[in-house]
Amino acid sequence: MESFLQLLLNGTALGSIYALIALGYTMVYGILRLINFAHGDIVMVGAYAGLFTALAIGAPAHPTFGNFCVVLIAAMAASALLGLAIERFAYRPLRNVPRLNLLITAVGVSLLLENLGQVCFGATPRVFPEIMPSMTLIQYGQIAVTNQQVTVFVTSLFLMIVLEWIVLKTKLGRAMRAVSFSHEIASLVGIPTDKIVAFTFAVGSALAAAAGILICISYPRVDPLMGVMMGLKAFVAAVLGGIGSIRGAVVGGLLMGIAEAMVVGYGSSTYRDALAFAILILILLFKPAGLFGKYQPEKV
Amino acid sequence: MRSNLKWVLILLAVSLAAQGLTAVLPPYIAQLFILASINAVLAVSLNLVNGLSGQFSLGQAGFMAVGAYTAASVNVFLLSSLRGNPAGDQIALVISLIVAAVASGFVGYLVGLPTLRLRGDYLAIVTLGFGEIIRVVILNIQAVGGARGFTNIPNSTSAFLVVFILALCVLLTHRFVMASQGRALLAIRENEIAAEAMGVNTTSYKVGAFVVSSAVAGVAGGLFAHYLSYINPSSFDFMKSVEIVIMVVLGGMGSVSGAILAAFILTFLPEALRPLQDFTHVDLRMVIYSLLLIVMMLMRPQGIFGRRELWQIFSGSKTSKSAK
Repeated sequence: MESFLQLLLNGTALGSIYALIALGYTMVYGILRLINFAHGDIVMVGAYAGLFTALAIGAPAHPTFGNFCVVLIAAMAASALLGLAIERFAYRPLRNVPRLNLLITAVGVSLLLENLGQVCFGATPRVFPEIMPSMTLIQYGQIAVTNQQVTVFVTSLFLMIVLEWIVLKTKLGRAMRAVSFSHEIASLVGIPTDKIVAFTFAVGSALAAAAGILICISYPRVDPLMGVMMGLKAFVAAVLGGIGSIRGAVVGGLLMGIAEAMVVGYGSSTYRDALAFAILILILLFKPAGLFGKYQPEKV
Repeated sequence: MRSNLKWVLILLAVSLAAQGLTAVLPPYIAQLFILASINAVLAVSLNLVNGLSGQFSLGQAGFMAVGAYTAASVNVFLLSSLRGNPAGDQIALVISLIVAAVASGFVGYLVGLPTLRLRGDYLAIVTLGFGEIIRVVILNIQAVGGARGFTNIPNSTSAFLVVFILALCVLLTHRFVMASQGRALLAIRENEIAAEAMGVNTTSYKVGAFVVSSAVAGVAGGLFAHYLSYINPSSFDFMKSVEIVIMVVLGGMGSVSGAILAAFILTFLPEALRPLQDFTHVDLRMVIYSLLLIVMMLMRPQGIFGRRELWQIFSGSKTSKSAK
C-alpha cells in the first residue's frame, strides 16, 4: 500500500509535466489541425535555455526559490520566441497547402532542432545544476514527499489555471476559441487570425519550456534528444484526453504519468516507453476521439 | 501475354546490365550502387503509401528490420541444408525473401488496421512508435544476437537480384497506378471524402497499400541483410526511416523515378560530403536532411519531378497521366 501511494505520488508529479506538454499539442492541434512534431524539441530547447540562465546567474552556488523563478521565466520567454519563429518561418507560409506538407515540415523542424542541438550543445548529456535546495517535506513511513515534487505539481497547476483563465475569460482566449472553430468566420468578424495563431504557438511553447525546467528539477540532466520521448508520450496523453480539449490534455497527462509510474514500479522499466504506444493503439481502436473529445463528423 | 514476355525480357536485360556494371565499376562504387538500389526499393515501397495514397508513414525502417531479421533467421536457421552451391544459395535467398515479405506484410497489417481506419495524422505517430518498439524488441531477442547484431548471414545478394526486384517494383507500381485499384488510391489521396462517396472502400485500400508497402520494405531489408551479411538493430533506427521519407519527398511524392533518383543522390551524397565532415567533426548529414525537408516543403513541395515520371519529362508531356 505504501509503495502504491508513493508510486501514485511520483506518477502525479510526472503526469503534471506530461500535461503541460500535452497542452501545447492540443492547443496547436485545436487551432491549426496540425500535430506539431517539433513541440517535444521545444521542451529540450527550454531546458537548455534554463541551463544557460542558471549558469549565467550563478544559481548553482546559491540554490533558492527565487533562482528557480528566474530560470523558469527565462526559459519560457526563450521558448516562446522560438515558437513564434517556427510558426512565422516554417508554418505560416504553408497555411493553404495540403496538410501532409505541413506535417512533413513539422517533422523537418523537429529533426532540425534535434540535430542543431547536437551540433551546438554537443551530443553528450549535461548535468542540470541544482537551482533550488532539495529537502524532504513529509516523511510518513516509506512515503516521502520532496519539495521538488511539490514544486513540479504546484507550478504546473498554477500554469494550467492561468491558461484556463486566458482561454475562458479573456478576449484573447475568446478569439483563440473562435479561430479554432473556423479561421474564415473568425477573420470575417475581424479577428486577426495570424496573430492569434502566433499567440497560441507562443503560449504552447512557453508551457513546453516550463515542462522542460520541471523535468530537469526531477531528473537533472539535459541532452539534445530528451524532448523526443517526452514529446511522444505527451502527444499520446493529448490523444488519450481527446486532442483539441484542454481539460482532456490535463487528465490524459496525469493518467499517462500515473500509468507509467505503475508500470515502472510493478513491471519493468524496459516497458515504460512501449506503454505509451500500447495506450495509443488501444485508444485508436476503441475510442478514437479520446476521453473528453467530441466525435466530429466531417462535413463536405 | 506477348507484352508480358516483353516486360520480362526487359527486366532480365536491365538486371543483367546492372550485374555487368557492378563487375566493371571499382568495388567501392559498386557497393554504393547496390546499397543505393536497395534504398531505391525502400523509397519505391514508401512512395506507395506517402506518395500515391497520401498517407504519412514514418516507420519504414521498422518493416525493413522485420524483413531483414526474418530473412536472415530463415536462411541461417532453417535453410542451411539448401546452401552450399551457388544455385542453392540463390534459392535459399529467394525463399527467405518471400518469408520476409509475408512476415513484414503481416506486421504491416497489424499496425495499419487500427490506424488507417481513422483520418488524419495518427499513422505518422503510430508508425514512428512502432519503428522504435520493433528495434527494442529485436534488441532483446538473444537468438538473433540482440545488441551485438546478427552475424554470419550468407552473403548471397547480387546486383542482378537487387536490380531485378527494383525494376519489378517499378513496373508493378506503374501498372498498378494505371489499374482501377491504383486509381482508387489516387482518389483517396486527392480527396478521401469524395473517394468514399464514389464507393471506394477507403480503409481497405489504404490498409492494402500499407501492407504491400511493408512487404516490399521487408524484401529490401532481406536484401540488405544478405548483402552486408551483418545487421544490428541500430541500422534500422528512426534516422533510417527519415532518410527513406526524404527520398520520397525529394523525388516528388508519387513519382517512382523521382524516388529512385533521390535514393541514389542520398546514398552517394554523404560519401561526397565526407571531406566536409572531416573538417567540421560533426555529423552534419541530419542537419542537411532536415533543412532539405523544410526548404523543399516551402519552395518546391512537389519535389524534383512532382508527380511526373522521368520518361514523361523527356517526352515533354506537361501533366502526369495519373494526375488527370
